[in-house]
Amino acid sequence: MITSAIKLSRVTKNFGQTEIIKGIDLEIRDGERHAIIGPNGAGKSTLFNLISGRFPVTSGSIELSGEDITEMDPQSINRKGLSRSFQITNIFPKMSVYENVRCAVLWGLGYKYSFWHRVDGLTDASERTEEIVELIGLKDLRARIAGVLTYAEQRALEIGVTIAGGARVILLDEPTAGMSLTERNDAVDLVRKVTEGKTLVMVEHDMSVVFGLADRISVLVYGQVIATGKPSEIQENSAVQEAYLGTEQK
Amino acid sequence: MMNFAKNNFIWIILVAVFLVLPHVFSQSFALSLMTQMAIAMIFALSYNMLLGQVGLLSFGHAVYYGLGAFFTAHLINWIASGVIWMPISLVPIFGGLCGMFFGFIIGVITTRRPGTPFAMISLGIAEMVAASALMFTAFFGGEAGIDTNRTAGGPLMGVSLSSQIQVYYLVVSWCIFSIIGMYAITRTPLGRMANAVRDNPERAKFLGYNPTRVRWMSMTLAGFFAGLAGSLYIINYEIVTFETLGILESGRVVLMAFIGGIGHFWGPIIGAILVTFLQSALSNYTEAWLLYFGLLFLVIIMFSPGGIAGLIAKHEPVMRANLLGRLVPSYAVVAATGAAMLLGFVSIIEMIYHVESAISGREPMNLFGVIIDPSSSVNSWLVVLFLFVVGTTFFIKSTRIVGKAWEDLGPDLQSKGLL
Amino acid sequence: MLSSGLTLIFSMMGVLNFAHASFYMLGAYAAYQVGYFTGFWPALFLAPILVGAIGAVVERYGLRTVHKFGHVAELLFTFGLAYVIEEIVHLIWGRAPVDYRVPASLDFTIFTIFTTQYPAYRAFMMAISVSMLIGLYLMLTKTRIGLIVQASLTHPDMVEALGHNVPRVFMFVFAGGAALAGLAGVLGGNLFITEPGMAFAVGTIIFVVVVFGGMGSLPGAFVASLLIGTIQTFSVALDYSFVNLMHLVGLEITSESMFYGLSTITLSQLAPVLPYMLLVLMLIFRPSGLMGNRET
Repeated sequence: MITSAIKLSRVTKNFGQTEIIKGIDLEIRDGERHAIIGPNGAGKSTLFNLISGRFPVTSGSIELSGEDITEMDPQSINRKGLSRSFQITNIFPKMSVYENVRCAVLWGLGYKYSFWHRVDGLTDASERTEEIVELIGLKDLRARIAGVLTYAEQRALEIGVTIAGGARVILLDEPTAGMSLTERNDAVDLVRKVTEGKTLVMVEHDMSVVFGLADRISVLVYGQVIATGKPSEIQENSAVQEAYLGTEQK
Repeated sequence: MMNFAKNNFIWIILVAVFLVLPHVFSQSFALSLMTQMAIAMIFALSYNMLLGQVGLLSFGHAVYYGLGAFFTAHLINWIASGVIWMPISLVPIFGGLCGMFFGFIIGVITTRRPGTPFAMISLGIAEMVAASALMFTAFFGGEAGIDTNRTAGGPLMGVSLSSQIQVYYLVVSWCIFSIIGMYAITRTPLGRMANAVRDNPERAKFLGYNPTRVRWMSMTLAGFFAGLAGSLYIINYEIVTFETLGILESGRVVLMAFIGGIGHFWGPIIGAILVTFLQSALSNYTEAWLLYFGLLFLVIIMFSPGGIAGLIAKHEPVMRANLLGRLVPSYAVVAATGAAMLLGFVSIIEMIYHVESAISGREPMNLFGVIIDPSSSVNSWLVVLFLFVVGTTFFIKSTRIVGKAWEDLGPDLQSKGLL
Repeated sequence: MLSSGLTLIFSMMGVLNFAHASFYMLGAYAAYQVGYFTGFWPALFLAPILVGAIGAVVERYGLRTVHKFGHVAELLFTFGLAYVIEEIVHLIWGRAPVDYRVPASLDFTIFTIFTTQYPAYRAFMMAISVSMLIGLYLMLTKTRIGLIVQASLTHPDMVEALGHNVPRVFMFVFAGGAALAGLAGVLGGNLFITEPGMAFAVGTIIFVVVVFGGMGSLPGAFVASLLIGTIQTFSVALDYSFVNLMHLVGLEITSESMFYGLSTITLSQLAPVLPYMLLVLMLIFRPSGLMGNRET
């Protein structure tokens, strides 16, 4: 039996009168790379915000590895082993690259709110931070203030900060958006590298990235999942083709 | 041993400076001024734990300072009457714990939201405490305050606190302890996360941290050091009134932290020294010192939000590149024009004050060593006005020269990888 | 009245103005000075305009520079400004109160309730405040100017693209808020007392009113100012203490009792603390205030 990493049951979300998410049932399997695609405004980012606890759901339930996380706040969900990135780069702009990553490392190593450990003396934290800074290719820029990095570097840092806590389930919101072709290839390699052995859910617009990375794909249109399956199945799915061609016609 | 000295260079310097100072400035005025500075340093640094480290702009920090002072005052009086025994030198710990306790309690309410709401709530609470202080006369002593006797505990290892120099060394020991303590806290996981929460509380949430909790803990710790500073205040002055926990005192610490620079750990120390000095030195010479002070504050907010420490830090890469010499000519021009502008401005203000004042208004005054009579001589007004206008015009021009000098440095700094 | 000016600035620009009470003070002094030459009635109009102009200058050359450093810097700027204005007032008018009086034409009793005489000037004050508030409310919600102002706050870029000068809108809003405070100063200065400390005295209480009413809510500020005014007036009048209360139910607290000091505090002594206590309670139970919905 394949266990599920995330399981959404009949999840809905309203903003005022508008129903953005209209009853989603979705299962992300443990250890898979799952891509969520769909036209603009379909509710992809909202879905991420619901899973990670940024917004409360209107109805329905969300489980993380069999545990109900529907009502939890973001920090509790993170502690359960789910970490996410943001579509609009969301890092600590006034701190250095190294500090950014180290902040993300600390909770996972159990240092919590400690004010009795000297942070530079925590060899496990330093080692893990070094590792990740190297992994995301920012070793030479480790002392640079995050706010002055280039866009692609900030995106890499965003991913680094997301995975640094050692979460098992990673949610990436458009990791390659706005990048040039070469930057995008680097980003794909990076995503593949850092999610080795983990569960990955990602929102992505670029189809080459999606088909290159994902084990399975879900298509979200107007707040509903219209299809879920392997990339080849999705390509042939008539409903998906209709949705996409339909949107392109206008 | 060498290694130790190298790693802790700055601390050793700090301790040495504190120890040597009273031998350089041994007049009692200087000594008490330095004692006040040391207390102000602790207070300003504890304030910066909030504003600089977690980004909480508090207008009620004197609450913890004042309450620490009041509780300590009562403790000392208890010691004096023999209810309990405790060496006075250790009393600041108690004051710190009081401050910590109130930081903890008040923090529950205030730390939920950062930014403007926090500022307003802190102000409201400060007002409430200050107003209550006048009500509960038994504890706060009403308008007269509470007085104590610091020598009451008797000597401990030869320290009886009967002379100002002993008080100075006691305060300085605690000051060093606090500076090191507060610096150490910035280097802990909590201290790092405080910065993270300041920069981006939302992201901190998605890393497993509860921003409210981080703020609350910082507030509690800041309360400790503020209370400790309050204890030293009562040991130094031997009297405390309700004004110590009032809005003006809270405002003073905002000024100190901001003028010194909130972005750097050392900033508030610079601010504390400068503000305390200006307060006692300027107020001897001029009635308008508060005006100068407020203007200094505004100028810093508008043109150098990093404070004095920020200005210094900006020059660090230039210094490392050994290019400081290239800035000197432009700075000299600015200094000269700035001095002319300041001289004119200060003269105008001082002359207005002089004329306004009912007692001395009709008499000549001594302005920077020149005797003039502003009430009868129109020429003197014209001269200072001219000085001010011309000074300002050229000052604005010369700031462009500085900008140009910095621009010219850019490529050189970049080529050395220091920008 | 005063708080409506503050609320205007806050809700419209998201800037909390610490110097607001200083504008109030400037209004009173300006009215005194202008009134000295022209009499009360012209001063009633000229003084607020003067204060508004000062506000505009402050916004243009001060706040706008600081704006890019964020809200905290703006807050601190107005905080420093309050210091400076107070000192400038010292400089120009000295430290003693100035002789700014209620005009003779309004200095009579309009009617008498029970034994309290109600001066005509207070009625005049009320009339102006209320009409000002209603006018303000209508202007913000019903006119084109109001719409532009509101839109400038929420979508500055878009409004700019539509061809409006957003910084100038902000400047006028700030000036408007300052002018309102100035008007309050004109009206309040002669009823109470015009002295350098007056800004400080009234400054914190308007904060309570604004937070209590809900930041950025005009009707909220109005209700809150009435409520707090009433509470303060009544609690001063009620000279009862806990001892009296216990006496009523048959218990005597003697002066030896441990809490005697605490229980002799009368409600009237509590009066200065009450608004702040209310504020803190409000913040615990309903952080957005009475009618507020603005999250900052």
